Amino acid sequence: MTVPLLSARGLRLAFGGVKAADGIDLDVMPGEFLAIIGPNGAGKTTFINMTTGYLRPQAGAIEYEGQAILGLAPRAIVRRGIGRSFQLPQLFTEHTVLENAALAIAARAGIWSPLVPLLRPGYRRDAMALLARFGLEGVAEARADALNEGARKLADIAMAVALEPRLLLMDEPTSGVAASEKMGVVETLVRVLREAGVTAVFVEHDMEVVARFADRVAVWSQGRILTLGPPAAVLADPAVRREVIGIEAAAAHG
Amino acid sequence: MGEWFAENGLLLGLAGLDGLAYAALVFMVAVGLNLVFGVLRIVNVAHGSLFAIGAYTAASIGLFFTAQGLPPAAGYAALLLGAALVGGVLGPLIERVVLRRVYGYEDVLQLLVTFALFMILEDMQKLVWGVQPVFQDSPMKALGTVEVPFGDDTIPFTAYQLFVLPGVAVATLIGLAWFLRRTLTGRVIVAVTTDKEAATAMGIDAVRVTLLTFTFGAALAALGGALASPTTSLVPGIGASTIVLSFAVVATAGLGQIEGAALTSLLIGMGRSAAVYFAPELEVVVPYLIMVAVLLVRPQGLFGVVEARRV
Amino acid sequence: MSRRAEALLALLGVAALIFTAWAAPWLRFVLTVALAKGLGVLGLLLLLRAGQVSFGHAMFLALGAYTVAFAAPSVPETLVLLPAAALLAGVAGLLIGLFVVRYRDIFFGMLNLALSMVFYSVLEKFYAVTKGTDGIRVPPLTIAGLEPVRETQEWVMFGLALGLALLCALGVRAYLASPMGQALAGIKTRETRLEFLGVPARRVLLFAYVLSATMGGAAGALIAMTSRHVTPQLAYWTSSGELIFIGILGGAGSALGPFLGAAAFELVRVYAAAAVADAWQMILGGVLLAVILFAPGGLIGILSGRAQQRPAGRA
Repeated sequence: MTVPLLSARGLRLAFGGVKAADGIDLDVMPGEFLAIIGPNGAGKTTFINMTTGYLRPQAGAIEYEGQAILGLAPRAIVRRGIGRSFQLPQLFTEHTVLENAALAIAARAGIWSPLVPLLRPGYRRDAMALLARFGLEGVAEARADALNEGARKLADIAMAVALEPRLLLMDEPTSGVAASEKMGVVETLVRVLREAGVTAVFVEHDMEVVARFADRVAVWSQGRILTLGPPAAVLADPAVRREVIGIEAAAAHG
Repeated sequence: MGEWFAENGLLLGLAGLDGLAYAALVFMVAVGLNLVFGVLRIVNVAHGSLFAIGAYTAASIGLFFTAQGLPPAAGYAALLLGAALVGGVLGPLIERVVLRRVYGYEDVLQLLVTFALFMILEDMQKLVWGVQPVFQDSPMKALGTVEVPFGDDTIPFTAYQLFVLPGVAVATLIGLAWFLRRTLTGRVIVAVTTDKEAATAMGIDAVRVTLLTFTFGAALAALGGALASPTTSLVPGIGASTIVLSFAVVATAGLGQIEGAALTSLLIGMGRSAAVYFAPELEVVVPYLIMVAVLLVRPQGLFGVVEARRV
Repeated sequence: MSRRAEALLALLGVAALIFTAWAAPWLRFVLTVALAKGLGVLGLLLLLRAGQVSFGHAMFLALGAYTVAFAAPSVPETLVLLPAAALLAGVAGLLIGLFVVRYRDIFFGMLNLALSMVFYSVLEKFYAVTKGTDGIRVPPLTIAGLEPVRETQEWVMFGLALGLALLCALGVRAYLASPMGQALAGIKTRETRLEFLGVPARRVLLFAYVLSATMGGAAGALIAMTSRHVTPQLAYWTSSGELIFIGILGGAGSALGPFLGAAAFELVRVYAAAAVADAWQMILGGVLLAVILFAPGGLIGILSGRAQQRPAGRA
């Protein structure tokens, strides 16, 4: 039997009266693409925030590669190989895309050399190569805040990938991306991650994306996991259709 | 301890009364600064100059009234008139002519704009009133002194500082709380403070609210200055020392609640006044020590709310 | 601004400074002080890069200046006092920095303000040690063991300030272009991302803070050695405001900005004070307003705008 890469047990966290996590148990297997779906406020982002050290659960345990990571700072968790991207892309808005990528590459190597330029030949080459993998080489010299949402999302994920994580948590990688760009963005993303052998957990609202790219789907509702299984089975489940996808469809068309 | 108290008890009482009067003035300035920061998101360095000019204007009007042979009660009208004049003229002028041009600029530029205003207003004040001390205490003298019972003794203290200053501060606190929570305009101000974008999206006229808030804050600072004017001689530099002190109050209290600003003013007023009587060399330092100590324990200030960053 | 334009501007600036100091001896003092202040502002600029405005940075200049004033009677040697003052300020910057880098924005600004005001009133109130507002006179200093005549002394101080200014401007330029410097700028726009890149943002800011304090100490020492008189006013909050003023006046985009700003500031001050003794502050305030409203890039921005008015020119 394969050992899970990430294993969460009994995670609980309440904000005031709202239970954002009400006993979350989840194993993420090496190499899989796990989608998280569920209505807004179900605690999907909270799970990512807890796993990456941004929020601390009130109870429970999280193990990564067999070691407890709960209580570590986001920085320490990142260094262990868990990357994350954000629903609202977290780019250095006053830097160029190239500089953003180079900073991520420098961060992996260690930034403590005060006199050598960031855009030294080695970093520039690596950063350009990274951007090329995401099809972003054309906007390398543009300022990060001048990009469209799709490119911004990809740049955000590229920065996480630069750290060479083994597990990548992505918070709504396609939200805000124009419908016409969406499939292209996801295809690029999946190709890069498969090439790099990265295990991925991603929060997603678009059921078409989920059906096409996820190996397993976890359905979140009110801080709990409702169902977990292969997309075909989960998306066909009447309870899921009623409680989650129905809402999704209404939200998407409303 | 008992021995120390027997020797210094009266001094302690006096420090308490002084602290209360001082806290009242500090509150008037700090609450305006807080209000303006809430809506404009600008730390107004020139706020202290409005305090100073309010004080000078009130004193000049008071002296003019006295020269006209008006009764001492007119001195109070002079205080209010001075505050209203400075708040009502300088407030809108500064907001409309200068600040409005820099909304959306970087924080440091906005801050510097008010620093430039501070430099200009400081010199303007020197040009108008000179550098010789200005003194006009008839409103304070008119009310006489009160013998405040303290244990077996009494402490003579001016009625003005005992009743008028804390009275106005408390009235301001209550009035402001009522205004912000119960009136439509007040709620609009609170809405803009909480989330400017959302408030604008809901159709709130942010331009008007900003003008109103700044004028209001300026008037509070000027009123603080006017009220302070009978208790001290006015010299150049009072604006500069007032503004740093109210910075300390605002940072210690944290941003937001006006009740928090009131309690913090009391804390810092009392602390400073205790230093004046028992450790004079620490007089200037005490407010900042309080602030540093508070922020060590509560980084968001005594009454500030932690804003979670959404990611 | 392009590399070449910046280098050209630096060369022109140095030549203009030396020429002015030679042609107008009465301005040598003003220019030396301007270079020293520029050095202090250069340090402040590092914090501005991170989006943090210290409203108490003058405390490090005052610390450097008072170090010279206190130590000069026993060690009257310029080349010992200058590094000693910088070092002491750097150590103070480390201790204070460990505390203040945990805070951002208004709290960062106000804590620096508070600490500088504490230092100010210590200088002002403990008369027995500091002579209060009277300040302390700095005795004549030796330079490498020599006791030069007044004019040589002035030239040496001017040269020292100029040399240090150039050295630090080059150093800061390299530092800001390095990953650490770029991460510093990242604190301003996206501190969360830094943390998720595994970069400790506080340590990045602390490094800059210590660096800025060290430059502040050296600047203060130069001011004390040049003006030969130190007062608590050096640490008052308006002096910190003045440093930010100079930074914005010169332009925060280049390591040359602070020096350009400081020279302009000191010259305007000298001539404004001579022309209208009672209103020089008002004139400076007016200049500042005009710069912010009409040329937010500062003097450097104006110059580089002139230098490259091409359509494709990127700022």
